[in-house]
Amino acid sequence: MKKINFSNILIFVLLLVLSFLFLIPIITVVINSFKDQFFISQTPFVLPNSNTFAGLENYIKGIADTGFIAAFFWSLFITVCSVAAIVLFTAMTAWYITRVKTRFNSILYYLFVFSMIVPFQMVMFTMSKIANVLKLDNPIGLVFIYLGFGAGLSVFIFSGFVKSIPLSLEEAAIIDGCNTLQSFIYVVFPMLKPTAITVAILNTMWIWNDYLLPYLVIGSDYKTIPIAVQYLKGGYGSVDMGAMMAMLVLSIVPVIVFYLSCQKYIIKGVTAGAVKG
Amino acid sequence: MKKGAKRWAIVFLLPTVIAFCIAFLIPFIMGLYLSFCEFRTVGDAQFVGLQNYIRAFSQDSDFINALVFTIKYAITAVISINVIAFFLALMLTRRIRGTNLFRTIFFMPNLIGGIVLGYIWQLIINGVLYNYGYSITSSATFGYWGLVILSSWQMIGYMMIIYIAGIQNISSSVLEAARVDGASSLRTLISITIPSVMPSITICLFLSITNSFKLFDQNLALTAGAPSKQTQMLALDIYNTFYGRIGYEGVGQAKAVVFFVMVAGIALLQLYFTRSKEVEH
Repeated sequence: MKKINFSNILIFVLLLVLSFLFLIPIITVVINSFKDQFFISQTPFVLPNSNTFAGLENYIKGIADTGFIAAFFWSLFITVCSVAAIVLFTAMTAWYITRVKTRFNSILYYLFVFSMIVPFQMVMFTMSKIANVLKLDNPIGLVFIYLGFGAGLSVFIFSGFVKSIPLSLEEAAIIDGCNTLQSFIYVVFPMLKPTAITVAILNTMWIWNDYLLPYLVIGSDYKTIPIAVQYLKGGYGSVDMGAMMAMLVLSIVPVIVFYLSCQKYIIKGVTAGAVKG
Repeated sequence: MKKGAKRWAIVFLLPTVIAFCIAFLIPFIMGLYLSFCEFRTVGDAQFVGLQNYIRAFSQDSDFINALVFTIKYAITAVISINVIAFFLALMLTRRIRGTNLFRTIFFMPNLIGGIVLGYIWQLIINGVLYNYGYSITSSATFGYWGLVILSSWQMIGYMMIIYIAGIQNISSSVLEAARVDGASSLRTLISITIPSVMPSITICLFLSITNSFKLFDQNLALTAGAPSKQTQMLALDIYNTFYGRIGYEGVGQAKAVVFFVMVAGIALLQLYFTRSKEVEH
């Protein structure tokens, strides 16, 4: 017994060291966001002193230079609307193609699965051109594009779950006078809730951090957070390291708030999504 | 039931199917076709046969270099991510105090976007290298290891969660039996734990291999291919071919098709191999 305890203590210490190593990059960025921009890139591991301390100057400058506030709200708007659209519409589609067996529906299912392995670069150019022609190059159009792009994985995950729901409940609802849409909304969808949370979490993590797709589709008129951060780097001039650090911190804060408040669901969602994917 | 449902096809299918066609299916088919064309915009396409594919490989060595760099990176990253994640998972399934907090910390980097991750690590790596008079763009070796460290930091937590789920599924009676039979902990690991978590290994390998091949944001933010395109991976090379040089759109699309075939091929091959391992046990 004693031996096991001893090795557990060793492991505990090792884990402690490793988690500290994991946190160093984030801590370093936070510290540097309060330093004058000329003291950052060469001595990032030195704490600010009275000479190099810049207060909130980097934050004020970074927010002004990148339009961070607007970027935050566009990111929020696009993520929330896209995830809502994906969860609702792909759940309906997945239920329909699982329950109504026709050749068309099974072809559709395989097309959705196929789309999951196609890298974005394959459709990047043509998709952004089509989005342009169809006037989808605005935040609402982008939501529509995310629905199409997120459909593969989400339909796949929902379909796997729909198969395990007994038919009898839906049939009872129909006998009680529900039409198909009502029986979906009142009977099926509530049962899909755990899967809906998984789908929502996976899509939130993807869309919130996505850079290239929004950059190509709406990047010239609207900035999301990743576009705003990359924008600081843009051009050939030297980068304002102070503003950059402040923007990195501001980009991480919402993610950490989201993570700490929904951690249980995120861990569950990742596990469930991975097992089905 | 079935007949009743069929009348609702439009409501249930239309939004998703139209979006799917516009965002994926039509662009995919057009992309395939355009890879055999010369074009600036989509409208002025002229069929040129295999010329784009030939140019992709012969015009300059960018594509081949990116391919070699991507493969080298993927091998190291996949090994480092999975080995570390697996051992973290082993350590976190021993009911040690603070397990939840450790898990929280290890998973956190995964939620940060690739662009932000790239700039975080650029700061750290440049800060270390500055002491020796270098920066991350001084040599491709720095960029290479930078990318490996960055993606390990990002992906380890994710894979760890999947391995933890796999390890927790092993029935305690099997482990107990092994202990009673006097199996050493190494023996238990090799003969029981690893075969039992084979499904998790399949998933983690699949995810880490495809992610490594498709890596873009991190590559763009960390080095953007510097020095002189030496740390440019496939996805970034395709992007630069499309948008960096006029008159190369067809070549870019041809590279994208090759890229797609490669990613799909590797994913299917890998799934096939590890799945067949799963059946044996």
